[in-house]
Amino acid sequence: MKNFLRLNASLLYWIFVAPFKGQMFKISPIFRQMVFIGVRATPMVALTAFSVGVTLAMQAAHSLQQLGAEIYVPDLVMVTLLREMGPVLIAVIVIGRSGSAVAAELGTMKVSEEIEALEVMAINPISYLIVPRFLAMLVMLPALTILGNYVGVFGGWAVCHFALDFNTAGFVLRALESANTWDLYSGMIKSAVFAWIIITIACNAGLHVEGGAEGVGQATTSSVVQALLAMLVTNALLTAVFFFGA
Amino acid sequence: MNPETKPVVEVVDLFRKFGSRTVIDGISLTVYRGETLVIMGGSGCGKSTLLRHIIGVMKPNAGSVKIFGDEITAMNDRQIDDIRRRFGMLFQSGALLASLTVGENVALPLLQHTDMSATEVEDTVTQKLQMVGLSGFENLKPAEISGGMRKRVGLARALVLDPELLFSDEPTSGLDPIMTAVVDKLTLELTKRSGMTAVVVTHDMTSAFRIATRMIMLGRGKIIAQGTPDEIRTHPDPEVQQFINGEPDGPMPLNLSQDDHEHHPHVKARPLVSARQRFRHKIP
Repeated sequence: MKNFLRLNASLLYWIFVAPFKGQMFKISPIFRQMVFIGVRATPMVALTAFSVGVTLAMQAAHSLQQLGAEIYVPDLVMVTLLREMGPVLIAVIVIGRSGSAVAAELGTMKVSEEIEALEVMAINPISYLIVPRFLAMLVMLPALTILGNYVGVFGGWAVCHFALDFNTAGFVLRALESANTWDLYSGMIKSAVFAWIIITIACNAGLHVEGGAEGVGQATTSSVVQALLAMLVTNALLTAVFFFGA
Repeated sequence: MNPETKPVVEVVDLFRKFGSRTVIDGISLTVYRGETLVIMGGSGCGKSTLLRHIIGVMKPNAGSVKIFGDEITAMNDRQIDDIRRRFGMLFQSGALLASLTVGENVALPLLQHTDMSATEVEDTVTQKLQMVGLSGFENLKPAEISGGMRKRVGLARALVLDPELLFSDEPTSGLDPIMTAVVDKLTLELTKRSGMTAVVVTHDMTSAFRIATRMIMLGRGKIIAQGTPDEIRTHPDPEVQQFINGEPDGPMPLNLSQDDHEHHPHVKARPLVSARQRFRHKIP
């Protein structure tokens, strides 16, 4: 925990203070990490979001049909995706895909003396390794969530269009009418908070690996478990604050 | 005081404990400009730990370490970084960044600490790789070259900023005799011609006697002998003679069991269990 807080403090320093002291972080590694964390994850994110959209629509149709209220299927798909399923499921995928990879990569660098070598070359590991990953995650997780929302709604449309008697215009109108911008923004805020949780937990686990290959494996596993739990608990808290408080 | 005799590294009464084990027990040493100091000693005698204290990666329990006349133990991170730009360090494993190519590894300090243009960086990298006999290897990843090559790339990277001071942790282990000679010649040239100072940790005796202007031998966290190569060669201490001649038996105890390794910082004491117990789950 102490290490985790210290990592956050030095991240803040290297992003907000150091650039004004003439120690600007490099921009190009951020894009390299964005490709890895974001661009390469798009097929997986799209497939997951599509399946979830389809599933949501089918379950909603099944329940609502009994009430004769199939007309509300788009509402349910749209709001559930924007508020909850989008941010949470995309975060789960990114934890499994990129969080674990970051923890394992940094852990391997730690045990093979690479991080110590950076320090001795007067290159700060936080600025050189952590800042690009942090910023890339902070941009790409919300971006992936937006993509996931689109694809998920598309999945919902597919069910409504092919299995129920919706025409496309009807679906779009219903969906847009039911959701407001706050549904989208709350999902984006969640997504940004998840990004922070995922990447700081992964980096912290990686930077403090001890004990060779075995240690790397343990750190990777514990970073995935911790990030999942922290993300889900935070999600419940944020939902309470956003939609249950007032 | 003339610049020739100004100390580059000055260690006074350095003391470091890991738990209850004293790994460095009151070591003092001074390295002057242009010298090549070789630090020898058996495995686990505290050589690498000493080096880590000198470069400021570890903090001592007591004592002082001065590099270029400044106390490194009392510095903040920024001041340590300023000092670190002035020296190069070759790690035992090479410690190359696995995600970068050989060329990018050597270029890293240049890109981070200088305003050189891309062509200047490329020229410098080519020249340094040529120095260690690895021209044309720029685009390979560290995983694609041998251990000895990785170490030479590590040396090229340590030398790329033309440091005033070079620390090497076993620069020649894993190299063949010819490459060892090349690396030794390089160290000699740099110290003689450009006045670089070198601190080399090694237990390769051939190499040690070839490059050293002064030698220090460590044992049990203390300095047990020091002097010029000639003085060490004729040193009366039988322990020193055993070590430099590589004899299996002598006054130095043979470290064969865990109890013998009590001074080793990386060996943690484990409870004793019988062989049957220890391998129980592995025997079907």
